Amino acid sequence: MKNVLKSMAALAILLLVSCGGKEEKKKDGIQIGQKPAATETPKEAPASDVKPSQTIDLTNKGVGPIKNVDIPAEIDEAMAAKGAEIYKMNCTACHKTDKKFIGPAPKGILERRTPEWVMNMIMDPEGMTKNDPLAKALLMEFNGSPMANQHMTEEQTRQILEYFRTL
Amino acid sequence: MKKSINILFFLVIAAGLVGCNNGNDKRSSSKGQGGLATNAAERVYVAPGEHDEFYAFMSGGFSGQLGVYGLPSGRLLKVLPVFSQNPESGYGYTEETKPMLNTSYGFVPWDDSHHPDISQTTGKLDGRWVFINGNNTPRIARIDLKNFETEEIIEIPNSAGNHSSSFITENTEYVVAGTRFSVPVPQKDMSIKDYKGNFKGALTFISVDPDSGRMGIKFQLMMPGFNYDLSHPGRDKSHGWFFFTTYNTEEAHTLLEVNASQNDKDFIAAVNWKKIEEYVNNGGGKKVPAKYAHNVRDEHTHTATSTMLDEVLTVNPMDVPGAVYFLPTPKSPHGCDVDPTGEYIIGNGKLSADLTVHSFTKMLDAIENEKFDGEAYGIPILNFEDILAGVVKQPGLGPLHTEFDGKGNAYTTFFISSEVVKWKVGTWEVLDRQPVFYSVGHGMIPGGNSREPFGKYFVALNKITKDRYLPTGPELTQSAQLFDITGDKMELLLDFPTIGEPHYAAAIPAEMVAPNSRKIYKLSENKHKHAVIQDSDVRVERDGKEVHIYMNMIRSHFNPDNIEGVKVGDKVYFHITNHEQDFDVPHGFAVIGANTAEMLIVPGKTETLVWEPKQVGVWPFYCTDFCSALHQEMQGYVRVSPADSDIELSWGLGED
Repeated sequence: MKNVLKSMAALAILLLVSCGGKEEKKKDGIQIGQKPAATETPKEAPASDVKPSQTIDLTNKGVGPIKNVDIPAEIDEAMAAKGAEIYKMNCTACHKTDKKFIGPAPKGILERRTPEWVMNMIMDPEGMTKNDPLAKALLMEFNGSPMANQHMTEEQTRQILEYFRTL
Repeated sequence: MKKSINILFFLVIAAGLVGCNNGNDKRSSSKGQGGLATNAAERVYVAPGEHDEFYAFMSGGFSGQLGVYGLPSGRLLKVLPVFSQNPESGYGYTEETKPMLNTSYGFVPWDDSHHPDISQTTGKLDGRWVFINGNNTPRIARIDLKNFETEEIIEIPNSAGNHSSSFITENTEYVVAGTRFSVPVPQKDMSIKDYKGNFKGALTFISVDPDSGRMGIKFQLMMPGFNYDLSHPGRDKSHGWFFFTTYNTEEAHTLLEVNASQNDKDFIAAVNWKKIEEYVNNGGGKKVPAKYAHNVRDEHTHTATSTMLDEVLTVNPMDVPGAVYFLPTPKSPHGCDVDPTGEYIIGNGKLSADLTVHSFTKMLDAIENEKFDGEAYGIPILNFEDILAGVVKQPGLGPLHTEFDGKGNAYTTFFISSEVVKWKVGTWEVLDRQPVFYSVGHGMIPGGNSREPFGKYFVALNKITKDRYLPTGPELTQSAQLFDITGDKMELLLDFPTIGEPHYAAAIPAEMVAPNSRKIYKLSENKHKHAVIQDSDVRVERDGKEVHIYMNMIRSHFNPDNIEGVKVGDKVYFHITNHEQDFDVPHGFAVIGANTAEMLIVPGKTETLVWEPKQVGVWPFYCTDFCSALHQEMQGYVRVSPADSDIELSWGLGED
């Protein structure tokens, strides 16, 4: 038993010495599953590595009450201003306009999603995360934090959409 | 909460089954019925996901609250806080709700709630408000049935033991509050022995604004120093009158058990309130100093304010001839009930073997022809024989209250013989009797106190439970029993437990209330002065020793969730706005060591909890109501530094 303890101690010292040689400073907290860079497996094809939030899908209209939205070329500034007000009151607890917060940033969203998809996500987030594969993947990307249904009317949602166009 | 409702539900079912078996064994009636022998279980079963047919509002008795039950299932749907603090929601603990419990005696966190009554229009239930009285520190509350919240409480001065309350006239013109105990008016230091002839009994008529429901004392009728026990409005033909039972017309001040049972007859006081209203509108009455609180919750600021009033208009019945008469009624009448036509006034003499029924038509005739049998303190006493419509002979022992089914039948509860007796209005014959377990107080038929009762069920609100449920130590919950009254004979369907000691109750078809029930408070209509409507309003401010944290919450974070710069000795106000706009997503808030309760904030509302940190450290707060998959992540920290620390206030959410 004594011998075992002695050899354990020796091993521990050895390990400590060998670690000290490699790392300058021990990091705090838990570090798990960190493999040395040399043994890292080559990355898979970039296409499959795109996060759901960065995926571009300009054909999917999503699942929900909005089937088709006409977007005139000109931005309706009055409508956008109303949308900005509604957005500030109902959405900013979870969204910042130009960076990821609890949920994704709306800036540039219409370069990646159809307007119908965006409106359906606002009006029926429960239905979307249940029935739309992309919305479902987004829920996982955002830590399973569900988008709250703020019970926006179609008119309010359209105004928010117009505001997003100005970002 | 949801868990405890589940438990209650199982208890109800278990109790129901046990109760029905017992009922079966003990029934003296010839039919071998009971829950299992008949299809009673089927008739009270509300399948999962389905809704009850009626809302029943049952007084919470000495809990001071109002219980909301579903009928026929007997399921407890909610306990609405009214006169008592409620740690479950923070009512009476938050800064917004504390003023609701203010009185001329200061903050009173409890009362004894008795008689709920639902607002009416043309004598029919309209489902807008429920009124209920606080008996101990006399108050009347109005609960709004859109918000299911106590919106207003008015204190009643010159009153003590606010018991013949809170009954409404048939267009909700008035809610009426009569004093059970007479007292010196104004209060003064005097010998109790000098009660007789010197104490007064105030009958208070509180006007109700037809649009807002806002209450205000219109006048107080200063009656002789009897005990005013219960009351009911006239309706239809007798609309404009109000009837109050009295006891202790002996004016005893000690050992009432004996001394207040001496007179062969006490009175029902018939008050022509329309006549007094006219007198008052023409400048009659006398304003006297009286201190009383009027507390109102604003629906848009979610905040209650308490105003102390300092005078009240009193009316001496002698100054309005023809406004008040006494109807002699045998032996300390308790319940005072008026049938749906308004013709019959039933006095349930507690110590009488018979039920006395007065006729409104005969009463008017006796008044017109001055068929008087004397007077009491100048108030004419009508001749008993001249106003009598009939007597229900020997129906049972200890009659208390009578309800009506709208089909010409009356149902009277008997405390001593522990039964409900059905009798026919007009012929006074007894049609049926059923035992109750045990010692019933009030009975209730939905709409039973209106022109149009919904005569499908009768609920017996029993005072004594004994062996009806599994024993839970010396104290048991109270027990209600549901009868089907659609047939010739009453049929016991269900036992279910009730909170506090339910006195009276009032029920209404669910479809008259459910569609109006609020789902959320709209953020866009939030006018709370400390609301955080936009994320940019989030901030922490210091004002001397006060620290105000303007916070918002949504699934599943608080903003801010890290706060530093608070010091020992500070008074910290958490003003929190729930940004959810979805039905049934409240968040709770609790902080370690708070000497209050949690607060539960429903979507779109703002509420404030005060915390006085006493120890240096880093202290957590968290959401108490399981809100999402990330509920356990909904937390934050406040750093509390020593009182002399110079750490500046700072706050944040996420690492910016």
